[in-house]
Amino acid sequence: MTSRPRQIHLAAHFPGVNNTTVWTVPTTTPGRGASRAPALGSQIDFSSFEHLARTAERGLFDFFFLAEGLRLREHNGRIHDLDVVGRPESITVLNALAAVTERLGLAATVNATFNEPYELARRFASLDHLSGGRAAWNVVTSSDAFTGENFRRGGFLDRADRYTRAAEFLATARELWDSWTPDGTPRPFAHSGDHFTIGGEFGVPRSPQGHPVVIQAGDSDEGREFAASTADIIFTRHGALEAGRAFYADVKRRLARYGRAPEELKIMPGVTLVLGDTPAEARERAAEIRRQQVSPQTAILTLEQIWGVDLSGYDPDGPLPDIDPDPGSQLAQGRVRHGDPLAVAAKWRALSEEKGLSIRQTVIEATGRQSFVGTPEAVAAEMAEFVAADAADGFILVPHLTPGGLDDFVDRVVPLLQERGVFRTAYTGPTLRDHLGLRRPGEGS
Amino acid sequence: MAVPTGTLHLAAAIDGDGQYQAPYYVELARLAEDGVLDFITLDDSFGPPGPGRGRLDALAVLARVAPATGRIGLVPTVTTTHTEPFHLSSSVATLDWVSRGRAGWRIEVSTTEAEARLVGRRPAAPTGELWAEAGEVADVVARLWDSWEDDAEIRDTATGRFIDRDKLHYVDFEGAHFTVRGPAIVPRPPQGHPVVAVAATDPVTWPTVARHADVAYIRATSPGEAGRIRDELRRRALAYGREPGALTVLAAVSVDLADGEGAPGNSPATGGAPQDPLTDTPGGPPLYRGGPVELAELITGWHTADAVDGFHITPVAPRHDLERFVNGTVALLQHRGLFRTFYPGATLRDHLGLSRPANRYALEREAVR
Ligand SMILES: Cc1cc2nc3c(=O)[nH]c(=O)nc-3n(C[C@H](O)[C@H](O)[C@H](O)COP(=O)(O)O)c2cc1C
Repeated sequence: MTSRPRQIHLAAHFPGVNNTTVWTVPTTTPGRGASRAPALGSQIDFSSFEHLARTAERGLFDFFFLAEGLRLREHNGRIHDLDVVGRPESITVLNALAAVTERLGLAATVNATFNEPYELARRFASLDHLSGGRAAWNVVTSSDAFTGENFRRGGFLDRADRYTRAAEFLATARELWDSWTPDGTPRPFAHSGDHFTIGGEFGVPRSPQGHPVVIQAGDSDEGREFAASTADIIFTRHGALEAGRAFYADVKRRLARYGRAPEELKIMPGVTLVLGDTPAEARERAAEIRRQQVSPQTAILTLEQIWGVDLSGYDPDGPLPDIDPDPGSQLAQGRVRHGDPLAVAAKWRALSEEKGLSIRQTVIEATGRQSFVGTPEAVAAEMAEFVAADAADGFILVPHLTPGGLDDFVDRVVPLLQERGVFRTAYTGPTLRDHLGLRRPGEGS
Repeated sequence: MAVPTGTLHLAAAIDGDGQYQAPYYVELARLAEDGVLDFITLDDSFGPPGPGRGRLDALAVLARVAPATGRIGLVPTVTTTHTEPFHLSSSVATLDWVSRGRAGWRIEVSTTEAEARLVGRRPAAPTGELWAEAGEVADVVARLWDSWEDDAEIRDTATGRFIDRDKLHYVDFEGAHFTVRGPAIVPRPPQGHPVVAVAATDPVTWPTVARHADVAYIRATSPGEAGRIRDELRRRALAYGREPGALTVLAAVSVDLADGEGAPGNSPATGGAPQDPLTDTPGGPPLYRGGPVELAELITGWHTADAVDGFHITPVAPRHDLERFVNGTVALLQHRGLFRTFYPGATLRDHLGLSRPANRYALEREAVR
């Protein structure tokens, strides 16, 4: 018997508030820049969300994804001003998108630290009802007092507690989602734990999916364990083939401990893509996008985030600073930190010296790897290979343009994936669980 | 002298006990929009509406309704007692974005011990204290809406700056109950400030109404009583330095139009006080029971007596009573030239005749110059 090739799952990430999202009209190649300008729209108008969601649904994507940040980023004590900023609140946008889409899953990132289980469980159950079973929750955590300053509860959490709270939060939400009988009678709940002691009746009947789909997006050992124990999807940064395979093996191995099968947790790296009619055109376009993503000002700022000191006197087209970073610096606030600054600085210096790169060129080279660059045929082949090679179960595509950034992918790559037999040609069920091949909680396999 | 009555405003509740699917709400919202009503409301509470009962998050439902409608205002109830002011500000601002300027919110508090147990962070508190806190929430929410100036987004390629950060502001709010740093994560909503409504049936709400509300629903069974309450609310608003006309006062009425079409409606308004068609009901708004034509008479009478700015009606059986209200009562009011026949504006503030508020931080910044 010939088995069907492994199916790819796809999601559309609305462009984020970092320098991946290009907001400047391209100036380096004027002809092409002008023709692509209409793809550049508002990051806040509903029409942008509607465009990307409809595009994703036209492409038969599994879901649409919104990120979250609860405090504007700061740099050197001032609000960071170089990147796109300002977004609507996710769950409310998704409820509105439920009106203009029919099958597309709708995923919101919501922080478990700065919310309470009853209220959030109610909001997600409402979204699941109003969308006919298409809701998903990306559970993120934070512990920083910086973000806590916006909340009455403040930044009260130790870093070590961020996942114990998230785990208890999610377990409590599941108790609430399970509290109504299938025939529509609420049963009282009572939960008593380290983080929450609550009781009463949940105000929303069991929703179409039973529980919304749960996504996890942390990378630490605790984060992976949390995902293995209870999530349906992991959103990861490991989008390169070898790193992806290692991550995939590590996470899938953890599932058995919780009595779960490998296919019960989907691994979806966030990836970028650049298409061209020829490989050379795609590469040229990719390089142009990198220059747009790393403006001279962004280059200096990126360096300051690692060095932790003011580098505004440096020339972005000149060499890297020869001073050492300040590892204890609080210069950048509201960002996820990657790695030890001294080690990163040493690596970047070596890169710059070896290739003779300026500050801006070094930042372009060292950050923001582009995942898939090539012709539609090459990108389709590479994606299929990724999944066949156990490096991912699918991808969360992060476009660099709002809102037209996935138009080309849907028009040109999706049909090729379908030809290869690795992507659906129609939705087979109404709910996001149907798209992902996940059981409803409480149902046998 | 001509009777100095202003524009008549009409709003309707579209609550549906046990309704958990979008089409029910969309259908009622479109019906209300066919009647060119100012806005629809959807009630909510932090906990279940009663033992054994459920309801969806009201703001979520109206966000789902927004793209399916074009002009009508959308006013969900939002509770302040067990929620985060920062999240609340973001959600209402977002409802305004997805509806392109049609959002409002009705402030409500959570008084019960049962609701307190759903969160487990604080015990139930006296109603007066909760309304004082609700006032603080309304205050900080409006500050957060102002924390981005309208022209903060500059997209300046030459300097690489997406925003002018001098036009973003920390709110640094310190109230008796909480602090919030800001700025908002959502840019200033299309209306500047989405509309703030309060059910002012209990005088404990009046200080909050006087300071923060754009719309108040009151309980009265006669035009005289309604006029006295409106005068009192406006007097209090004035004491806070507000323009009294900035507060729209609507009489809350439950409406049961089940009993036939009522008497022929071609008799001119009687001028004197007709027999009282409203029955006082404990806990809720007064109940009107009768035909759509007599309801139009009642509305006409109260409005020409300049007792209220309009009505907030709660149809007892929404599908049936709202249909009769729109096709009977509203049609007659339109025929008499007392109610609009189309929406001249796009936003809820437009419908209510409210100007778009200036941004307090922009004013401060300009004053410093
Ligand atoms: C791909 C990816 C996307 C993320 N998106 C968000 C986000 O939108 N909002 C947020 O607050 N945190 C986000 N995070 C942060 C994580 O939720 C988590 O807090 C962080 O990675 C620290 O957890 P860890 O120590 O387990 O990695 C994201 C993380 C990853 C890996």
